[in-house]
Amino acid sequence: MDSSLADPTLYSIKAILVMDNDGARLVSKYFDKSFPTIKEQKTFERNLFNKTHRANAEIVMFEGLTCVYRSSVDLFFYVVGSSNENELLLMSVLNCLFDSVSQMLRKNVEKKMLLDKLDSVFLAIDEICDGGILLESDPNTVVSRAAVKQDDIPLGEQTVSQVLSIAKEQIGWSILK
Amino acid sequence: MTKLFQCKDVTLRRMVYLVIKDMAEIAEDVIIVTSSLTKDMTGKEDQFRGPAIRALCKITDTGMLQSIERYMKQAIVDKVHPVASAALVSSLHLCKTSMDVTKRWVNEAQEAVNADNVMVQYHALGLLYHIRKHDKLAVTKLVQKFTRGQLKSPYAMCLLIRIAAKLIEEEDLGSDSPMFDLIESCLRHKSEIVIYEAAHAIVSMKHTSGKELAPAVSVLQLFCSSPKPTLRFAAVKTLNKVAMKHPSAVIACNLDLENLITDTNRSIATLAITTLLKTGSESSVDRLMKQISSFMSEISDEFKIVVVQAIQALCQKYPRKHGVMMQFLATMLREEGGFEYKKAIVNTIIAIVDENGEGKEPGLSHLCEFIEDCEHTVLATRILHLLGREGPRTKQPSKYIRFIYNRVILESANVRAAAVTALAKFGAHCEELLDSTIVLLQRCCMDTDDEVRDRATLYLTILQQKQASLNSQYILNGLQVSVVGLERALQNYTLDLSPSKPFDIKTVPIDTQPMAEQRPSTAPGGLGTHGESPRDKKMGTTQDVYAEQLSAIPQIAKLGTVFKSSPPMELTESETEYVVRCVKHVFPQHIVFQFDCTNTLNDQILENAYVQMESSEEFNVVATIPAEKLIFNTASTTYTIVELPEGWGAAGTFACLLKYVVKDCDPATGEADDEGYDDEYALEDVDIAVADYMQKVSLANFAAAWEELGPTYELEDTFALSHMTSLEEAVKEIIKFLGMAPCERSDKIPEEKSSHQLLLAGVFTGGHKTLVRAKLALSDGVTMQLTVRSTESATSEIVVSAIG
Repeated sequence: MDSSLADPTLYSIKAILVMDNDGARLVSKYFDKSFPTIKEQKTFERNLFNKTHRANAEIVMFEGLTCVYRSSVDLFFYVVGSSNENELLLMSVLNCLFDSVSQMLRKNVEKKMLLDKLDSVFLAIDEICDGGILLESDPNTVVSRAAVKQDDIPLGEQTVSQVLSIAKEQIGWSILK
Repeated sequence: MTKLFQCKDVTLRRMVYLVIKDMAEIAEDVIIVTSSLTKDMTGKEDQFRGPAIRALCKITDTGMLQSIERYMKQAIVDKVHPVASAALVSSLHLCKTSMDVTKRWVNEAQEAVNADNVMVQYHALGLLYHIRKHDKLAVTKLVQKFTRGQLKSPYAMCLLIRIAAKLIEEEDLGSDSPMFDLIESCLRHKSEIVIYEAAHAIVSMKHTSGKELAPAVSVLQLFCSSPKPTLRFAAVKTLNKVAMKHPSAVIACNLDLENLITDTNRSIATLAITTLLKTGSESSVDRLMKQISSFMSEISDEFKIVVVQAIQALCQKYPRKHGVMMQFLATMLREEGGFEYKKAIVNTIIAIVDENGEGKEPGLSHLCEFIEDCEHTVLATRILHLLGREGPRTKQPSKYIRFIYNRVILESANVRAAAVTALAKFGAHCEELLDSTIVLLQRCCMDTDDEVRDRATLYLTILQQKQASLNSQYILNGLQVSVVGLERALQNYTLDLSPSKPFDIKTVPIDTQPMAEQRPSTAPGGLGTHGESPRDKKMGTTQDVYAEQLSAIPQIAKLGTVFKSSPPMELTESETEYVVRCVKHVFPQHIVFQFDCTNTLNDQILENAYVQMESSEEFNVVATIPAEKLIFNTASTTYTIVELPEGWGAAGTFACLLKYVVKDCDPATGEADDEGYDDEYALEDVDIAVADYMQKVSLANFAAAWEELGPTYELEDTFALSHMTSLEEAVKEIIKFLGMAPCERSDKIPEEKSSHQLLLAGVFTGGHKTLVRAKLALSDGVTMQLTVRSTESATSEIVVSAIG
């Protein structure tokens, strides 16, 4: 029983995962040695996904770990912590992750957009959690720190000509490549 | 790679840092980017500084750290929050490898705690605590400093609560300390995270009373009705924990918990139900069970095990409800599930069968059904053994035979062997089934597996003799020796080239399985290790360890084999200068006292220490084997060998005196002075009683063994145990005094009965089997009619006379 008294430490997050709706990993960061090899990580992810993708229940005890999760369109976001960890703290990490991603993807939280902006998502996760320690919990700060390019004016506020010019530019780039 | 540092694109630059961090573990030459990183870290662009610090600290080592120390100190107190946070977190990571360097940054961290950014506060507090965590006083000061509410960050508050809780636990401060007040006041914090953390801390503490729990529980109760699943989950999980220790404290929440049963999150619902099962009353059990079974298939194995354990606890609490539970367990048993889960269920059913007379038959038939298609060999053999033990005594033993024989036809060799043994037990026990069993066993003799064939042939021959004593000896009660001991004895015997006499099983030490572990059984018939359950394997018991130690000493080795070793007994208070523990080893003609001495004074060395034993009785000290040297905190052993007088079995008391030569020594180096002086130290007395000569043996079938011994050396006497007030007390005392094992669970007394029959079995030194039947009746005191049967008259006499 006394072991349930959590040791005062800042290391509270074991892993942050993003999966698509087939359970394949898009982003995964493990912060401790619970799953040392990729194979173990994959098995864990598969089991976790099978357990959670049907019931939208937000939190689950899984293999002695507490996992909080949230889904959006075809994405699943997970934050994993030890079973002694404050569940609400994990939840705040998840919310922060989700909100920052959602802001960066301009509310289009789906697989395609996420893959387009994968670099920013990585940076955001890096800003939220460093080596298992919660670094920042405010989504706005995270987004600003993750240094998203300044030309990202939300789509609705751009004029038609702006959109066209950006589109032209993009096409030009893609041809160049 | 270094060229990338020149790049203007912000995102690309940042990605470089990420890559560096991830490569830190695999690449060897990451060091070359150090200078680039240092430049970024001290540069003007704030956006790069934080990540640069984190990346740099990840790749650096203790040696390199010296060179960037100055920058780190500056960064920790930097006005830009991300930079400060990054520096603090990185220092925390560095603590793992280079504690001494980070220790020097305490002052900077102190300053950072007072920063106005919430995250900086959190990280600074974490770092401060980590640096000082071995210094209790400093930690206490730290907590006191922040008690006045300077911390704005909820995360920092959580951390503070944990630190305080840990302090309370370690220092045993109790609930009136300022620490506890702090935690309690956090229950009224505005952030839910903090409230929950505080409640969790109070609940997890070891010595909380109902009163202290009440505010925490009421907070959790509020959480139960929150719309957020996480909050509900956290609350129920914590309440579940409370319910284990203080069920009464949770009763107030029962109503809220009932609402949670139908929660869409199955984890929450299961936790709610198991909590209710712990707190609820007998009447609500039926309803709850129905609820659980409705969604049992949807929850994971881990939770199912939790549920099963809750049910097991419940069965003990409300034995009358076993019908419902058994039904429930049986349904669960039929469903899909992993090995751990099935094992939990089978354990629960076996526990019910053991504890509860009425639950026995339905339980057995459920188990029979289960083994019909059970893929776990271990469970199948275990159930078969149980059937063999309990089956013959039920009203209709014949119906179980079909199940068992099915196993013989269908299963793997291990299970077949166990089934054959179980069959034989039926045959031995029930006259009317003897013929049919013999027919079945004859068929088993054709088996393809050696073990199965051997067993079948042996049992068949024995059964055909139709002698009750043989039956009892070889089939019903099995061999009661320690497997490890038997192995060693047999090995010694085979090494002896010209054996003059046949191998004597009585020289093998007897198995000392504690009663709690009796269930798994020793190998039936002693034929091999096939039918054994895994628990027997850890049986390299302390006794075998002792036996090994003793046989290493020539004076003791020649005394023969150890008959029994007593559990260690403290002869001193635990906090005196010298701590001495005594273990009694009984040999055929001698007793060896083993004294484990520990010297707790670090400025002394004891030499030539031995224990002088004096007794008024006719015991004769033959030899002492002194311990050469007792060094600080290292246990050494000295032995005293005592010869047993004729007509052994006599009880006695020894006065013990530890004698030794003291030499002063330097605590630091451990070097002793040359000069020493004699000294002695009085120890508590050591008693020898009947129990020391008696080895516990658990018999599955007492009646058969009783008949087998016959009335040749029977003695009977009646005693009045006037100082006993209850049957339970009397039973416990008798068992303790005689050191024998209760059989057929006769140590458990049905409630509200005024008379009871206690059946005890044991082996007396010299290998004499001894059985005791004690009929107890409760009048003013307890009256006991004691009947002793053994294989030798002296033994019976000793046992009877010992009671008086």
